[in-house]
Amino acid sequence: MMQKPTSSENTIDRHGSKHPNYLSVFLTFAKNSLVRDMMFRANFVIEAFSSLSWALMNVGFYWLIFEHTASIGRETGWGKYEFFVFMGTTWIVNSIVQTFFMPNSEEFSELIRTGGLDFAMLKPIDTQFLISFRKVSWSSLANLVLGIVLIVISLGHLVHRAENPWRFEPAILLLYPLYIACGAAILYSLMICLAATSVWLGRNQTLYDFWFYITNFSRYPMEIYSRGWGFPLFLVFTFVIPVLVVVNVPARLLAQPLTPRASWEWPLAGFTLLATAGAILFSRWVFGRALLSYRSASS
Amino acid sequence: MILRTSLEERLAYRGDFALGTLMRFLPIITQIFLWWAIFDSVGTGGADSSRLSGYSFHDMVAYYLLSMLGRAFSSMPGLASNVAKQVRDGEIKKFITQPIDMIGFLLLSRVAHKVAYYSVSTLPFALLFYLCRGYFTAGWPSSEIMMAFVLSLVMAFLLGYLIDLCIGLIGFWFLEVSSLLFVYMLLSFFLSGHMFPIDLLPEPFRTVVNFLPFKYLAYFPAAVFLEKIDPNRLWFEMALEAAWLCFFIVLARSLYSRGLKRYSGFGG
Repeated sequence: MMQKPTSSENTIDRHGSKHPNYLSVFLTFAKNSLVRDMMFRANFVIEAFSSLSWALMNVGFYWLIFEHTASIGRETGWGKYEFFVFMGTTWIVNSIVQTFFMPNSEEFSELIRTGGLDFAMLKPIDTQFLISFRKVSWSSLANLVLGIVLIVISLGHLVHRAENPWRFEPAILLLYPLYIACGAAILYSLMICLAATSVWLGRNQTLYDFWFYITNFSRYPMEIYSRGWGFPLFLVFTFVIPVLVVVNVPARLLAQPLTPRASWEWPLAGFTLLATAGAILFSRWVFGRALLSYRSASS
Repeated sequence: MILRTSLEERLAYRGDFALGTLMRFLPIITQIFLWWAIFDSVGTGGADSSRLSGYSFHDMVAYYLLSMLGRAFSSMPGLASNVAKQVRDGEIKKFITQPIDMIGFLLLSRVAHKVAYYSVSTLPFALLFYLCRGYFTAGWPSSEIMMAFVLSLVMAFLLGYLIDLCIGLIGFWFLEVSSLLFVYMLLSFFLSGHMFPIDLLPEPFRTVVNFLPFKYLAYFPAAVFLEKIDPNRLWFEMALEAAWLCFFIVLARSLYSRGLKRYSGFGG
């Protein structure tokens, strides 16, 4: 209403004779959030506990499923402990997203609605950076720890697998974190895009549901979409909105020995890197567009 | 009157509402594929001939859809926390001073809530069941089963309401019920059969869960429709559900009256 945004993120960058030190800004954000979390310690514990119990309930469900079957899908390689590696990976990726990005995206649409974004845009720092990293929800890291525990236990069992027993290879130490980071980056991009749409749509409660339901597709092995009308779904959620590769690629890399691999696995891993870069660039573009059409809110 | 006000309140955001309902159906797609993959690997004859505790793949999808319907009746979002909040900040006084019975008032407003919900979401639900009609291999059940099914849905609604109400009323004793509510949500999600039919549980858990009231919230209506309940026990089970209902009515009444005594003890 009041003024057109004259300073889009690009012009802020161009001012930059003195670039802020992004790392130290981020560390300050992280520290502030931790201090805040520690002020409400009981709340912190309850939040961590509740997300842990949901996760454990899921383990219970699949434990039950594997009482009845040996693997999810025939010859997909997702046996009990392979699948638990998959699940642990899901938790790790999701908890990274929930710790670092979820509270901020929520705040972002709120800032748009209330007009508070004005202040964020005036700060001499990249607006997307400021918006994306301001808050850190430390209690969400509980699931990351649980994910690691579950993976370690599962790998312990997989070492004794009858065929192709799991063995440690140094390369996985590099590949697994890399693809976890890719997965988190893809989910982040998706989330920031959805949050940015509140510039055009105003209230967007349903869009958050949308985020939840879209990422729901990432929580299961992609092999389950290999029949009938699952195939178009597989194509859409791999190549258009690449949520299927978020968990599948790192989980598969970890659950099976690095060699031998099916012919499609390495190309898919390569594609994941491309998709990550694409997703981040796309989210940046959407974010820029959103800022340009943002017209503050008369408060 | 109470009914109408709540109804109008609910219908104000019908666009958001219908879209939200539609969204809620997206995970069904993944569930169908997941169950298919599971059934495919159970036996040797492929997904169509495998059985899990007496459920075929089609039964399982049908069960999943029906249990969603059951949850739509029995879930009471926000009821317990609202009651506890009213107790905490003293708003509950209005039920003491006015000649309105709180339990009846809240029940009616929940009925309105559900009626509004169904008036908007019947269409998406009907569409969903139409699209998935292929999974209901047995066709329409007999009229007796249908009657039992409708009755079990109504009782699921009442039971869901009463359990939530009781948890809210515990707020008279503990000011904060949210952690208790969380435990209840967790239990009911797992034990009501929302995630899977409780027939899948290994013994002795299966017997234990069968004795608990949670199964009436989602599992029981669906199992009635799919005729998974032994016909000789069907009406016995219904009677048992009615007994649970009575138990919770008495519990809610006594919690309410005892709570009020305690409440006025504080001097409100």
